[in-house]
Amino acid sequence: MIGNVIILALREIRRNVMRAALTTLGIVIGVGAVIAMVTIGNGAREGVANSIESMGRNLIILQPGTRRGPGGGGRASAPPFAQADVDTITRQVSDIRVAALATRAATVIAGNRNHPTQIAGTNNAYLGVRDWPVIEGRIFSDSEVRSGRAVCVLGQTVKNVLYGGQDPIGDEIRVGQIPCEVVGLLSPKGQSTFGQDQDDLVVMPLRTLQRRLAGNLDIGTIWIGVNNAGDIPRIKEQLTEILRERRYLNDNEPDDFRVNDMQEIAGVMDATATILTAFLSAIAAISLLVGGIGIMNIMLVSVTERTREIGIRMAIGARERDVLTQFLVEAVIMSALGGVAGIAIGLAASAIAVHFFDLPFVPSLSIMLIAFIFSAAIGVAFGYFPARRAARLDPIDALRHE
Amino acid sequence: MTPQPLLLFDDVTKIYGSGEAAVVALDRVEFAVQAGEFVAVMGPSGSGKSTAMNILGCLDAPSSGHYYFEGIDVASLSRDQRALLRRNYVGFVFQGFNLLKRTTALENLELPLIYRGASREERRAAAEKALALVGLSDRASHTASELSGGQQQRVAIARALVTEPKVILADEPTGNLDTARGQEIMALLASLNAEQGITIVLVTHEEAIAAYAQRRIRFLDGRIESDTEKVLA
Repeated sequence: MIGNVIILALREIRRNVMRAALTTLGIVIGVGAVIAMVTIGNGAREGVANSIESMGRNLIILQPGTRRGPGGGGRASAPPFAQADVDTITRQVSDIRVAALATRAATVIAGNRNHPTQIAGTNNAYLGVRDWPVIEGRIFSDSEVRSGRAVCVLGQTVKNVLYGGQDPIGDEIRVGQIPCEVVGLLSPKGQSTFGQDQDDLVVMPLRTLQRRLAGNLDIGTIWIGVNNAGDIPRIKEQLTEILRERRYLNDNEPDDFRVNDMQEIAGVMDATATILTAFLSAIAAISLLVGGIGIMNIMLVSVTERTREIGIRMAIGARERDVLTQFLVEAVIMSALGGVAGIAIGLAASAIAVHFFDLPFVPSLSIMLIAFIFSAAIGVAFGYFPARRAARLDPIDALRHE
Repeated sequence: MTPQPLLLFDDVTKIYGSGEAAVVALDRVEFAVQAGEFVAVMGPSGSGKSTAMNILGCLDAPSSGHYYFEGIDVASLSRDQRALLRRNYVGFVFQGFNLLKRTTALENLELPLIYRGASREERRAAAEKALALVGLSDRASHTASELSGGQQQRVAIARALVTEPKVILADEPTGNLDTARGQEIMALLASLNAEQGITIVLVTHEEAIAAYAQRRIRFLDGRIESDTEKVLA
């Protein structure tokens, strides 16, 4: 019997495809918006995860924080780290790799091309900690690192700007004021979690940068690669202890440095993405509700318009419940079809959007299922009132209706 | 003892509205229709003939009195039970044809069978048979709006026939047709009555149309003014 009801409903929908399409437009848009939001949100989250991955797993980053100024008023940036800090950490903490990093902005010049970029002064450990291999040429030799020779390794972006398709290895470029030999080329790493181009940099030995570009011995950041993820909490504690001691902080003074690990940063980013997705989905859900009201509206008009048809059906033996189920099934089929169309449109829209934002495309089957069921449920909820009105019509009045 | 009548009005009164505005459409009407009869119901508009047809077709229930359909007291039935009675035993033919407009002839015929829960094959077979009976097999896939008035009315008759009802109630079936088409339709109804023994009750105000029936009941002001059966009796 239900099969027959579905046949009747499908015939009715097919008879007026335009009306059905307009009826479900609200649902199509609502479902499409929800699907697009969730899919893009998933992509963003996956993108965060990927970029965190690209920063390097099991990383701890030490940065100077802020410190209270004299007399307790105002806040100033805390002093940078020094080589002695790095040495102490290397000596006292086991199962880690330590890379000191100092950065400077400078313009690099090769031939007649120039490019303003970030210069990273560090040692080979940095590239190891960040899982960032050199794909052409070589890394620094120990003597180059010790003596602070003017050699450098280029990031992909810098190489592309300065050399295009040509091989830069062995060439001499100018970094700021100093001439510098290119010895290696880094593998591409893509965007960071924060949308920066990680490949837009030039790496040189820390000592070279300190002496010849910066003119001081400051270390801005210390990157620590942890061999075992499980050790991260213990090592963070140890690092905090060492740094507090070395920076002469009393027990009642807060840390004037930050100890962050990537898991933590990932967690924050993930939470942000989740909240954003939830928020946008809530807005999209409102449009679903509006879509449902649209269905009710058109169904009510349709009941009036089809009063005579309802009368005919009743005369030839349709009971109240036959008419009720017919209209209800029509509403459900229309809204479910609208849901399917919405899913397709939402997927297409999010596929385009993630392509634009350079995010991975992560469709979620569960949200599609939920959207489908929800749109069918909207058909029931908003189709019921018009269907009941149709079913309660008096057959004689309905037959007389013009 | 006379056999149980197919349709029996026993002291039927129908009042529309209430209080001052109450209109007595049928006033203590009594008559019986035996199975196999071909009856024409006549009378001016407002005489109560349409109300009588609605009650005969189980679309409406009497205000007081009893209407028996094959011995079943229709007044005691619920809306849904009356719908089932229509579904299984009554076929309607209307003045305005009342086919589903954008629906093919065949699908229109299948409609009552769908409500009966017939299988696809049964539906198809019965619909084609009924369509052949009214001579429209070649119009099966035309929609109602693509058919002429006479053809539409023949499809409507086929729709009434397709469930093999005990009675066909025809309300001015020729009212919207020219004389020639009207006569075709009447000839068709008459042959169904004569050859298949289907009981037919027909409302008309044209003597020429009523002449096809064996018996004439004439309504006036909610009462039966004359009934040829009683004259003969």
